[in-house]
Amino acid sequence: MNLKDEFEQLTGAENKAQWLRKMANWIRLSAMSMTHHAKLGHTGGDLSSADILATLYLGQILNVIPEEPRWEERDRFVMSKGHCSGAFYSTLAARGFFPVEQLKTFMDPLSMLNGHPDRNKLPGVEANTGPLGHGLPIAVGIALAARMRSQGWRVFVLVGDGELQEGSNWEAAMCAQHYELDNLVVIVDRNRIQQGDFTENTIRMEPLANRWEAFGFAVKELDGHDHLALLQAFSSVPLESGKPTCFIANTVKGRGASFAENKPAWHHGVPTREQLEIAQRELGLEAAW
Amino acid sequence: MVSPVITETSESQKPQLFDCRDAYSKALEQMAEQNSRVCVVINDSLSSAKMKDFKTKHPARFINVGIAEQNMVGVGNGLANGGMIPYLCGASCFLTARAMEQVKVDLAYSKANVRICGMSSGMAYGQLGPTHHSVEDIAWTRILPNLTVIVPADDVETAAVMQYSLRHEGPMFIRISRIPVPRVHREDYEFRLGKAVKLRNGSDVTIITNGVLVSRALEAAQLLSEQGKSTRVLNMSTIKPLDEEAIVDAARTTKAIVTAEEGLAAGGLGGAVAEVLALRHPTPMRILGLQDVFAPTGSAEFLLDHFKLTATGMRDAALELIGKGG
Repeated sequence: MNLKDEFEQLTGAENKAQWLRKMANWIRLSAMSMTHHAKLGHTGGDLSSADILATLYLGQILNVIPEEPRWEERDRFVMSKGHCSGAFYSTLAARGFFPVEQLKTFMDPLSMLNGHPDRNKLPGVEANTGPLGHGLPIAVGIALAARMRSQGWRVFVLVGDGELQEGSNWEAAMCAQHYELDNLVVIVDRNRIQQGDFTENTIRMEPLANRWEAFGFAVKELDGHDHLALLQAFSSVPLESGKPTCFIANTVKGRGASFAENKPAWHHGVPTREQLEIAQRELGLEAAW
Repeated sequence: MVSPVITETSESQKPQLFDCRDAYSKALEQMAEQNSRVCVVINDSLSSAKMKDFKTKHPARFINVGIAEQNMVGVGNGLANGGMIPYLCGASCFLTARAMEQVKVDLAYSKANVRICGMSSGMAYGQLGPTHHSVEDIAWTRILPNLTVIVPADDVETAAVMQYSLRHEGPMFIRISRIPVPRVHREDYEFRLGKAVKLRNGSDVTIITNGVLVSRALEAAQLLSEQGKSTRVLNMSTIKPLDEEAIVDAARTTKAIVTAEEGLAAGGLGGAVAEVLALRHPTPMRILGLQDVFAPTGSAEFLLDHFKLTATGMRDAALELIGKGG
């Protein structure tokens, strides 16, 4: 039985949330195994975004067909914070876009699993991201294309909070408002840490919700680790007709591994074998490899 | 060989001049009628991009992102992801320089089916100065893998390139001037990607150029013939993929190469030709263009003359290489 069927056979929101929690923890350990073996990666953001990714892909929010990754009418997901490829690739593999076994090639020579995603190499990737501030403009274009072609697909884009310091995001936000793109959903992984320091010590992001509201988005803040809340929120878009949606998902960078939680050094820290073992005990699952 | 139209004009009659933007915008309107996937994105400049009629005829396929070039290029990628064929139309200086990382990542690296129509390139903005000149765009764009780079020479070639672009897979940069130019191609001209157009054959020297300078190169060839020198003129409208064979053949069958471009001499057309010749057939060369300087104040015509991007400038460069004797 594949994970899609498994999820769909669950009854009751709490059961679904519990299952998603387990899947998100699998994504966490998979991502940590990848970064541990590659000795490169962005563990902190992998761990903060795992619940959001699990809910979108494994909670069947996104209307996608893994066997037909370029199916024209699919919902699009743009991973703007492309550096969190460990969590993103693990999610895509779990959803069936490519074999889970392939995750072991992460950053190997000539691997399809580049440090940052490449849509021309890996099925399921919509956009080549990595440099910050690219995903939202691309998502706006995808939303505009749906309108031009009278298509019903939606586009979800996951952005980092520090990433919002790039001005291109706000160019795109103005555009989304002007064209009333209510088929666009921005999710901010609000883990409050960027590469060098806490966001509020670097360039203050608050009042972040007010900023998105001022740019014409329908905004909702939620706990980015609460699968029930995420499922409900993602199932209720658009929040307002005629307005793009913004979810500010409050998260903890490094969530799930006590040694990494809320520590700026874990932006691109990678776990040792011992830390991987600590994480598997804390998450209650076996490490992927 | 294609005979140039320009030389057929009698001396008493000044050749008719064409703004290539008219040809490009008319072509886009026709293409949008033929193909429902064609759409246009502009960054505020409706009239300088000559898109007023397109907007009226195809309002649902016309997006104005405002003064926001980074978003503009990203939006282009997204439109292509959604199955559209977007044409991003705006001043070349902003589209390339301001959005260069997006051009690299969202278009070239992503192999997105997006066309950038870089308007008013080179020194077309004249007195507005180096902020508005786009003399760097060829050097910047031609080094990017996957990105096709084309500089049409006149209205006929501009329309032909636009029509070709509908069939092209992958991203393109099309550099479209606003400096009025005489027509150098016949109306039945067919654009072939990656093929230099031999507008005049010759055996002593070859002038390789493109864009607004092609007609001047033909005049230079005429001046050289008055001095008994036989000049080949290649319109190298496709900078990438570059027609290496035409370059090597010119080097083998003529004695020297002069390149001329409306832009920086470093890294552009001349640089591309020099790269080929250095490896395959080292040949005496002159590279005409801006020699590591920004332009002073002056009209576009003044600046072309100032930097010797003229018939006499090209003639003199050729004579320096091959000598005046016969």
